[in-house]
Amino acid sequence: MSHQYCTFVLDGHLFGVPVASVQEVLKQQEVTPVPLASREVSGLINLRGQIVTTIDLRARLGLSAREAGSSSVSVVVRAADGGPVSLVVDQIGDVLEAEESLLEPPPDTVPHEVRELVMGICKLDDRLMLLLDTERAVTVTELVA
Amino acid sequence: MDDLDEIVSEFLVESHENLDQLDRDLVELERDPASRELLSSVFRTLHTIKGTSGFLAFGTLESVTHVGESLLSRLRDGEMKLDPAMTTVLLEMVDAVRDLLAKIEETGAEGDDDYAELVARITQVLETGSVPAPAAAAAPVVEVVEVVEAVEVVEVVEAVAPAAADAAADEPHRRTVADSTIRVDVALLDSLMNLVGELVLTRNQMLQRAATREDIELQRTTHRLNLIAGELQEGVMKTRMQPIDNVWSKLPRVVRDLSLLLGKSVDLRMEGRDTELDKTILEAVRDPLTHLVRNSVDHGIEAPDARRAKAKPEQGVLVLRAFHEGGQVNIEIADDGAGIDPDKLREKAVDRGMMTREAAAALSDREAINLIFNAGFSTAKAVTNVSGRGVGMDVVKTNIEKIGGTIDLASTPGQGTTVRIRIPLTLAIIPALVVTAAENRYAIPQVNLLELVRLEGSSRAQVESVQGAPVYRLRGRLLPLVDLREQLDLPPVERPTTYIAVLQADNRQFGLVVDDIKDTEEIVVKPLGKQLRGIDLYAGATIMGDGNVALILDTMALARKAGMALDGRDSVSSSAAESGAAERSALLVVGLADGRRAAIPLETVDRLEEFDPARVERTGGHEVVQYRGQILPLLRLDAALHGGYGDDAAARLQVVVCHSGGRIIGVVVNAILDIVEEELAVRSHLDTGGHHGSAVVSGHVTELIDIDRAIGSFDPALLAPTH
Repeated sequence: MSHQYCTFVLDGHLFGVPVASVQEVLKQQEVTPVPLASREVSGLINLRGQIVTTIDLRARLGLSAREAGSSSVSVVVRAADGGPVSLVVDQIGDVLEAEESLLEPPPDTVPHEVRELVMGICKLDDRLMLLLDTERAVTVTELVA
Repeated sequence: MDDLDEIVSEFLVESHENLDQLDRDLVELERDPASRELLSSVFRTLHTIKGTSGFLAFGTLESVTHVGESLLSRLRDGEMKLDPAMTTVLLEMVDAVRDLLAKIEETGAEGDDDYAELVARITQVLETGSVPAPAAAAAPVVEVVEVVEAVEVVEVVEAVAPAAADAAADEPHRRTVADSTIRVDVALLDSLMNLVGELVLTRNQMLQRAATREDIELQRTTHRLNLIAGELQEGVMKTRMQPIDNVWSKLPRVVRDLSLLLGKSVDLRMEGRDTELDKTILEAVRDPLTHLVRNSVDHGIEAPDARRAKAKPEQGVLVLRAFHEGGQVNIEIADDGAGIDPDKLREKAVDRGMMTREAAAALSDREAINLIFNAGFSTAKAVTNVSGRGVGMDVVKTNIEKIGGTIDLASTPGQGTTVRIRIPLTLAIIPALVVTAAENRYAIPQVNLLELVRLEGSSRAQVESVQGAPVYRLRGRLLPLVDLREQLDLPPVERPTTYIAVLQADNRQFGLVVDDIKDTEEIVVKPLGKQLRGIDLYAGATIMGDGNVALILDTMALARKAGMALDGRDSVSSSAAESGAAERSALLVVGLADGRRAAIPLETVDRLEEFDPARVERTGGHEVVQYRGQILPLLRLDAALHGGYGDDAAARLQVVVCHSGGRIIGVVVNAILDIVEEELAVRSHLDTGGHHGSAVVSGHVTELIDIDRAIGSFDPALLAPTH
């Protein structure tokens, strides 16, 4: 069985999330920072009157911070409980179709921050796509305020 | 109809709906006469109407429904079997009920028809076990009976119908009770509410834009838009709001029954019955509230003899209090019962393997008490049939948190327990003050705001420091200052102008120092995502006129985070205090050796200072320091009151500079604790020298210092005049 994935790039890696979980893709937005929030939360955006938490996926995955001034894109995903959450990525990619049989669990050598959030690795013809677990990605450890 | 009681019209609306259901159920029953489920449903419906009509003294209605109910109960219990003829009789009865209801609605009374014939027939059915026909009757006979009855049905209907028709002809436009109300899906109201919220935000953006244009026509249109949006907002809000009394009204009965069962005597008091809550929230708090009230009666309030033994009045007091505060609804359930022993909970937590003994010991009493909200934590030694029913405290907490609320429990063993529930009005639109810190805007609910202070240039020197904590003298009273940047972990900044928003949190006031103060605006409170729920400093977020997001600050949480104790007075004892003769005074509370406390009237306090002990000199048996070109005699409060000295001679001296009668003295204390405004109701006049007596301040026995007399104990020659 094949599934469709919305792909994006983070620090040179290709990531994918199931198309059904993506609500929309936004250009860079005016983000209101939230002091005291955990590092991964880059702030709040106004999505047509709805207040949406924005999570910096680079920080969430323990990748290096984005270079200042470089552009970014927000992928708004629907979490199972509660409303949408915006994930900040470097660049948006195509929608790809991949067979389930191409999926494999991430090898143990992958850093654990990444392994925790990646459900599987999809072996595409020319490159690998990391399948992101959106539910986990939008769950950030609460900082005790 | 106008002069109908609200309760009667509610009964009518409800009954009309029930009757429609009854019709459907009865017809269904005919097809499936054995369905116990349907029979029970019909029985319940009829029973409800009967009960209420009896209560409202509609005798005829009651008698008709009573026989119908009796018949149904036989059917339900399987003593009789429903046949088509019986169904007809029952439907007839439903029609009679409907006619009676119409009469009541029209005239307010039941009218003269007594339906005795119908009642007699149903009674006959009841007595003979079937519709009037011998058990051996052949099928055709039954048919005949049926026909006869069908005719009678028509007659009955006809007898009433003309009257109804006349009424309709008289006032063709009059709406019946059932027609003037309509049941609406709450989800629809929710989406309406959201749309109105959006409209308000869009209006705000429009207003901002229009204010910068010269276009008169646009100004006029936006003005109208402003008015309409305002009214719409109010209207939609109203559709969802209901007084908390809708839930509370059931509680006196609960308390009465329960206290009777347990042999206790409980006085239930309710304050703020008309506090309005969103319908959804009201429904969500119904069960938790009932549970908490049951808990208070069952576990909180002691039996009369136990209370007598503790020198408490035999009758326990259970206070329910509801009020709006800072865009939130607060509900308190306070009893003056046995309270909760934190040690018992610690012990229990260890027994259950929830934590180690060390971890349990390290918990503060408050934390220990709140362990009760953990799953599977019931402190009742024996499970009574009361506490066995319903839900546990963990479920109460879960339910409250589900609607975005918080629950907190404070208890003093022997004195009582107060449960405080705070529920955010997530749908509410509230006025708020917009302030900035580090370029970002924050909204403060207007209800928490008392006044704004701007300090420029030399007046900034009025910000003083008490042990490193900044205070500002606002009209002679010390106002603790809290820096917003500091609370938000933002980098500090040197501000040329100090802006202070004076806020009220519970019964304390504090000044919030911000970078700048903007406008006040109507904001729509929106909940934060679950990623940010852990930060209690934010009550939510909102969208500003320019479309950007601003966080809403929670005043209480700010005060708590800044280290202000807000636990205040025990609710029960405070209401008791209000009834007595009480005087209110502002006091500076200071700490002495051995945890003793003393309070100095704030109006006599000039400054709070710290002195190096090396600066203390002696003259004529008194300790003095040189202070602002004067000689300031020092009074060691510990020595003066208790003949002892503070423990650490090398530490810097904490001195309260006081004045009285044109003289000043420095009162040496161990620590500056707090500024309170208290009603000094509990007082003793045990004068141990140099003071007014003792009072209970913030739950502690505190000695009240009389500065006049303290100064009098000094050699007058030593005292320098203040001016």
